[in-house]
Amino acid sequence: MTTTAKLDVQDNNPVAALQELMRRMLERGGVGGVLTPVHLGRGTPMPTLVTDPAELALADPLAPAFPMNGAKMLARLTKGHSGERIAAVMRPCEIRAFIELAKLNQGSLDNVLLISVDCLGAYDNTHYLRFKGADDAIQTTLGFLGKVGGGKDTARDGYDLAGACLVCEHPVAAAADVSVGLVGLDLTAALPVMAETAKGEALLAALELEDWQPREDRAEALARLVERRTQERDAMIERTAEATGTLAGLAEYLAGCVNCLNCRVACPVCYCRECVFATDVFDHKPWQYMGWARQKGMLKMPTDTVFYHLTRMAHMSTACVGCGQCSNACPNDVPVMELFRTVATRTQKGFDYEPGRSMDDPPPLSVFKEKEFEDVVSHMA
Amino acid sequence: MDAQATQADAGRRRDAQTAPSVAFEPTIVAFVCNWCTYTAADLAGTSRMIQKPNLRLVRMMCTGMVDPKYVIKALLSGADAVLISGCHPGDCHYINGNYKARRRVKLLKEILPQFGVDTRRVRLTWVGASEGNEFAATVNSLVEEIRELGPIETRGLKAL
Ligand code: SF4
Ligand code: SF4
Ligand code: FES
Repeated sequence: MTTTAKLDVQDNNPVAALQELMRRMLERGGVGGVLTPVHLGRGTPMPTLVTDPAELALADPLAPAFPMNGAKMLARLTKGHSGERIAAVMRPCEIRAFIELAKLNQGSLDNVLLISVDCLGAYDNTHYLRFKGADDAIQTTLGFLGKVGGGKDTARDGYDLAGACLVCEHPVAAAADVSVGLVGLDLTAALPVMAETAKGEALLAALELEDWQPREDRAEALARLVERRTQERDAMIERTAEATGTLAGLAEYLAGCVNCLNCRVACPVCYCRECVFATDVFDHKPWQYMGWARQKGMLKMPTDTVFYHLTRMAHMSTACVGCGQCSNACPNDVPVMELFRTVATRTQKGFDYEPGRSMDDPPPLSVFKEKEFEDVVSHMA
Repeated sequence: MDAQATQADAGRRRDAQTAPSVAFEPTIVAFVCNWCTYTAADLAGTSRMIQKPNLRLVRMMCTGMVDPKYVIKALLSGADAVLISGCHPGDCHYINGNYKARRRVKLLKEILPQFGVDTRRVRLTWVGASEGNEFAATVNSLVEEIRELGPIETRGLKAL
């Protein structure tokens, strides 16, 4: 049923075109606010709830910056009632993470329109600022995009897009109400705005954009992009699996970890209101530390590093959307995303689960059947 | 060399031969459900069934209470295996705790092998309250299996 509308691009500026799309949502789309990245001050765009169309001048959903996954912010805006509908113009991994939170009732889809923009990836925090330098923020984005979506080489002197983006096989979000296409398209002409749900259809109708039958370039380009990234992903997983194939290897991999828990704060799908590792459960008594040290002659402090990461894997790896915010947040450059995606691939396959795909897929640890997984139960003769 | 030294050498060789079986005694942490397996363990004890002494029993109200982190913590602390045992399907006193436990064990069996932990080190069984025999047999077979498998890697790891 997909209706596609045409979003004209003026002055070779697709960022301005998206600002226009959001302006229309606020003015005639029945939307009270739009959550989207906005450049505030010197550059890095932060998720921002915009209610006044005049404040959209620095809105930039296409910036190659990704300081945080906005899913948790959107969860805050949709849990309970504001009485108004909002729209979120976000990356696919933000929408996918939000779907996971909504399944756990930490957010709601009732009063929100999910607008996914084809994702061309982003630099991590430090590299984005290097990439931008002293330039104007929006001009920086336009320079990143180039003429054809996904056509430009993203590697720079000694750095490239964030590792998570280079191995992400989800440049689109299946659960969005509306998708905006970029991949493989001439970004200086017009962008397709596609309704994916009934809610999305209604929004498009209200926006009064022209109906359109774009050429098929996007589908092919997307398929190529997904194929390339899937290959990169598999190679990354192989490398990581090899490096962590033993517990000694895992401990070595995590050697730089200082148990700051930034990775779980940054993780959009670490859903516990209070993480057990942030409580005093694992603050032990001095005599306990002494006792453990005596067992092996030494005790690494802080303790429980591998324990923390393994527990997090057990709690959330089935929901990991691969957004890479864990790695982005780590002060010591521990490659957390690689580790979690490696394990998540196993756990998601084990439960035949794809996080963020659909509200109809229940989180694996929230359901059970009477007859299943008999092979994990041992029986005596 | 003198005779004494030769004798000592022979003694050392003998020690070396017998050492492996003496040296490694598996330690197994068991999380068992109060209503079924714990009662079965009690029965096995009061019936004086022969059981290996390698188990450290933790009584839970239900296997549905066994968070994966308990299992992980036990293994990281040097337990050579973890046994989780509860009521047979359909018999859980909280209706479905054992089905939840089964999914969690499934999860652990996906995660742990990535890090070289043999899946046999996590065992899930259903042992009813009257099945003292089964309990003793489960423990004995698990201890033997783990003895063959050898000590868990974490025993020798200094920094975790
Ligand atoms: S574990 Fe890392 S990559 Fe996975 S969802 Fe959380 S922050 Fe994103
Ligand atoms: S952010 Fe880095 S240092 Fe902090 S807990 Fe996570 S892995 Fe460890
Ligand atoms: S009460 Fe025994 S497994 Fe739930």
